[in-house]
Amino acid sequence: MSSTPPALTREDVAHLAYLTRLQLTDTELDTYVGQLSVILDSVATVSRVAGPDIAPTTHAVPLTNVFREDVIVPGLEHNAAMAGAPAVQDGRFRVPQILGEE
Amino acid sequence: MSHVMEMFDLMDYDKAIEMFDPVMGLEVHVELGTATKMFCGCPTVFGGEPNTHVCPVCLALPGAMPAVNRLAVEYAIKIGLALNCKIAPWCRFARKNYFYPDMPKNFQTSQYDEPIAFDGYLDVDVDGETVRVEIERAHMEEDTGKSLHVGGATGRIHGADYSLLDYNRAGVPLVEIVTKPIFGTKASAPAVARAYVAALRDLLRALGVSDVRMDQGSLRCDVNLSLTPAGSPVLGTRTETKNVNSLRSVERAARYEVSRQGAILAAGGTIKQETRHFEEASGTTRPGRSKETAEDYRYFPEPDLVPIAPDPAWVEELRATLPELPWVRRDRLQADWGLTDLEMRDLVAAEAVELVAATVAAGASPAEARSWWSAYLGQKANVAGVSLEELPITPTQVAQVAALVSSGDLNAKLARQVIDGVLAGEGEPADVVKSHGLAVVSDDSALQKAVDDALAAQPDVAERIRSGKVQAVGAVVGAVMKATKGQADAGRVRELVFQTLGVDPA
Amino acid sequence: MSSSTDLTRMTAAGLATAIAAGDTTAVEVTKAHLDRIAAVDGDVHAFLHVSADRALAQAASIDKSRADGNPARSPLSGVPLALKDILVQEGVPTTAGSKILEGWLPPYDATVTKRLLDAEIVILGKTNLDEFAMGSSTENSAYGPTRNPWDLSKIPGGSGGGSAAALAAFEAPLAIGTDTGGSIRQPASVTGTVGAKPTYGGVSRYGVIALASSLDQVGPCARTVMDTALLHEVIAGHDPRESTSIPQPVPQVVAAVKRGQSEDLSGIRIGVVKQLGGKGYQSGVLESFDSAVASLTALGAEIVEVDCPHFEYALAAYYLILPSECSSNLARFDAMRYGLRVGDSSAASAEEVMMLTRGQGLGAEVKRRIILGAYALSAGYYDAYYGSAQKVRTLIRQDFEKAYSTADVLISPASPVTAFAIGEKVDDPMAMYLNDLATIPGSLAGIPAMSLPSGLASDTGLPVGLQIMGPTLGEEAMYRVAATFEADYVSRHGGIVADFAPELELVK
Repeated sequence: MSSTPPALTREDVAHLAYLTRLQLTDTELDTYVGQLSVILDSVATVSRVAGPDIAPTTHAVPLTNVFREDVIVPGLEHNAAMAGAPAVQDGRFRVPQILGEE
Repeated sequence: MSHVMEMFDLMDYDKAIEMFDPVMGLEVHVELGTATKMFCGCPTVFGGEPNTHVCPVCLALPGAMPAVNRLAVEYAIKIGLALNCKIAPWCRFARKNYFYPDMPKNFQTSQYDEPIAFDGYLDVDVDGETVRVEIERAHMEEDTGKSLHVGGATGRIHGADYSLLDYNRAGVPLVEIVTKPIFGTKASAPAVARAYVAALRDLLRALGVSDVRMDQGSLRCDVNLSLTPAGSPVLGTRTETKNVNSLRSVERAARYEVSRQGAILAAGGTIKQETRHFEEASGTTRPGRSKETAEDYRYFPEPDLVPIAPDPAWVEELRATLPELPWVRRDRLQADWGLTDLEMRDLVAAEAVELVAATVAAGASPAEARSWWSAYLGQKANVAGVSLEELPITPTQVAQVAALVSSGDLNAKLARQVIDGVLAGEGEPADVVKSHGLAVVSDDSALQKAVDDALAAQPDVAERIRSGKVQAVGAVVGAVMKATKGQADAGRVRELVFQTLGVDPA
Repeated sequence: MSSSTDLTRMTAAGLATAIAAGDTTAVEVTKAHLDRIAAVDGDVHAFLHVSADRALAQAASIDKSRADGNPARSPLSGVPLALKDILVQEGVPTTAGSKILEGWLPPYDATVTKRLLDAEIVILGKTNLDEFAMGSSTENSAYGPTRNPWDLSKIPGGSGGGSAAALAAFEAPLAIGTDTGGSIRQPASVTGTVGAKPTYGGVSRYGVIALASSLDQVGPCARTVMDTALLHEVIAGHDPRESTSIPQPVPQVVAAVKRGQSEDLSGIRIGVVKQLGGKGYQSGVLESFDSAVASLTALGAEIVEVDCPHFEYALAAYYLILPSECSSNLARFDAMRYGLRVGDSSAASAEEVMMLTRGQGLGAEVKRRIILGAYALSAGYYDAYYGSAQKVRTLIRQDFEKAYSTADVLISPASPVTAFAIGEKVDDPMAMYLNDLATIPGSLAGIPAMSLPSGLASDTGLPVGLQIMGPTLGEEAMYRVAATFEADYVSRHGGIVADFAPELELVK
């Protein structure tokens, strides 16, 4: 197991906040850098016992091959689908301009 | 167009190939033809009113949870088997985390390091040579919704005032088929790319897992390409060109990137690893804008889904249902149609095999069907700069025209006019025949009058025929054809002339 | 039944019997609880939304169905319930305690909501919680904290403080909670009520706003073990809309409770987990726990000590897994399709609006965990953090498996402390996280676990919860022990713990 990752920097937190689309104030950034460092120090203990021979557990009750048949199920009425939208135009969700492309 | 133009020259393609070896990787996304989406029971049919094929799951409403479509998994396994892949005994979905308004959950449920199929190959024919394209993996994922950008520069994301989102396509099942790097193709790299996508398309169509409509986006190709100095083992930096929506574009995009990258490298520049977008109109690629890199996707196993562990018996059952695969089918068709290897190869190269087969299935003879597609329609496609398949005429329509020729209702010249009418969007062959009055004049009374008139106008010729110079009949037939604007059946006219003059030509 | 107070102090089972017998009606029972809410909820603030008209209409239709001669659709027919505001109910405001969902009306019902309505259980309204269920005190709710009916200056636990307080304040006899790391059990513990977290996959999560998908579980809450079991059977069972739902019959927990009420614990082996006690546990809590162990021994149980060495790493693993999953689950709150939108203008980009909306619409704890989770999943750190945490889960499961080879159920205090003062731990996330010390191992293993009152702490006079943990799908053993323990407590004290809560001042 690799050693503990390096300490969290303010730039790290700012980048993570961008990736998770959180606009943070400078105060918030400062607070989080401190708090997250404490938390990370504490949680880093997991790597101490997690040996390479231990299989990870992702689910409490192991199941496999859970499928749905390819049968159409009624979805939402159009108006119900749009009812919660902050803005609607021409039956579509109206959103601010999308910059950048995937 | 308000986007910033990149300033650089293009290198002559042949020169670029002299200096560099292209290395390609092709990623093909295919929308599966299941009735419902990957993770919910919404219909996948194309073209509904916006946001009418949606539910809490595909709109990512709070609380909604995914459930895997069994048929989509079967289709993915079939694709893997047909591509000679190994089928994973155990695999999972993962979350690929990035924000994009087209993608309601702001993560894509996809397979990451555990694809359902891996390590396969597809043999493709390029100019008579077989090129084996190795398949890295085929994995399952889901499509995004569609955005419409309004205001600013029309149709472009950058500069739009706002965007409108339709999630009918969000969650449609996709299989992504990724090749291993394709080396050593040199100048034929773009042709190999095209041939691979065409072969894959034919394969997927034969499997019945997708309608493989590149024009509707149900088959899409990303072209990864890098250049390495000729003979060098060191891999160059690659670009990924998206939005490549036709076979011709696959070829053009690869060719363009060779010239673009060649110019930059030859000038001592470096290639930026980036996503680029193919511009259909100009045949060029331009950079996309993305602040996130693959490093930032924070993949982890999808905790709302359980692993898929295909039972070997299930896989074998699916293998047994595989239809005749295109290359096997081609051998059979070649034999059925009595073609030489070269003739068949020409049909394959022209991407005409399935069109000819469909035309034969619709009642035409193989010779007629092949002749129409490879000759007349082939020229039309060339002139229009589109593939045969993109021509606005169906195999059934071609077969109808062929039938009208066999029945004597049309002659060759008229048949071409009917085809032209169909291509011009004038409707079915029968409509074109009717609206242009193109039917061969076979009404004997009408013809008889034309024959009588022609004989009366050329009494000397009539006399020569009577006296036994039967070959002189040509002048009369020609006059009749002229009078009937080519719509008469020449054979019948000839018969009538002899009959009228009481001459037995034999 | 004469006064409203009488109806609100009855058990759910008792109310259902009275309604079935025609001694009262669903409407009367509903009205009595709505009156009680009106009288006390200004202080307690258990509810974020009270669906008075909807509840009365539902009750009236149940009464009409009975009058028409239709049989009751469940053993809890006509009984009111408080629904944690993290389960969606069609047309009823659902916020998950967050500003980002203020005003959102779900267009669909959660599977559990549907099962409740099908069982003719009257849904009174939506209860308060820590924002997106992240917290142990309900102080992280964007709509203000809930107060503990035992002492209004104290927290009611969290995240399901609203549901637990509604029970303790006699605003509802039944409630629904969700438990990711203790959000049912810890509030039950500090409010003197009962709450059970079923085996992971035992109750459908469809329509439950996800916090950590691999840990979240919906469960029943009430003031008595029998009421909890009755509700458990209504909501449990396989749901094809959830892929992690267990395709097996629902455990017969009501029968188990009946058995527990009529038999002693002879032949039952109860394991005391060595690691869940001692340092970090309040003395009044340990004292109450020790007396519970003595009672169980007196009831015939064999007490064994079990060693679960990897529990030491449970909290660390939990605070990696939960933030990782929640950072992804909460990405959908992006101002595009529903919910809050901040900074919309023709000059703004979608990305800017997403950032502003999430920056302002999500609270401090939520943002902290999203960032922590994004970090734990980062390329390069995944193995050290998320990957290792999932391995710790395996070790903890193995500890449990070993423990269950020598014990039928395991016990511990449900919460290391009794209710603490509002504001006491808000600025110290690590101190707050320690509240879930005893409940988190069970969450990571996915086993069933519940909290029921073991009495009042001698040092604070506030309720203490006893946690009973069963093996996977071992709900029956868990409920049986709980029922025996509760019956014994009632026989010695003349009532359940909730009966001894101080009277709240009524608003008139």
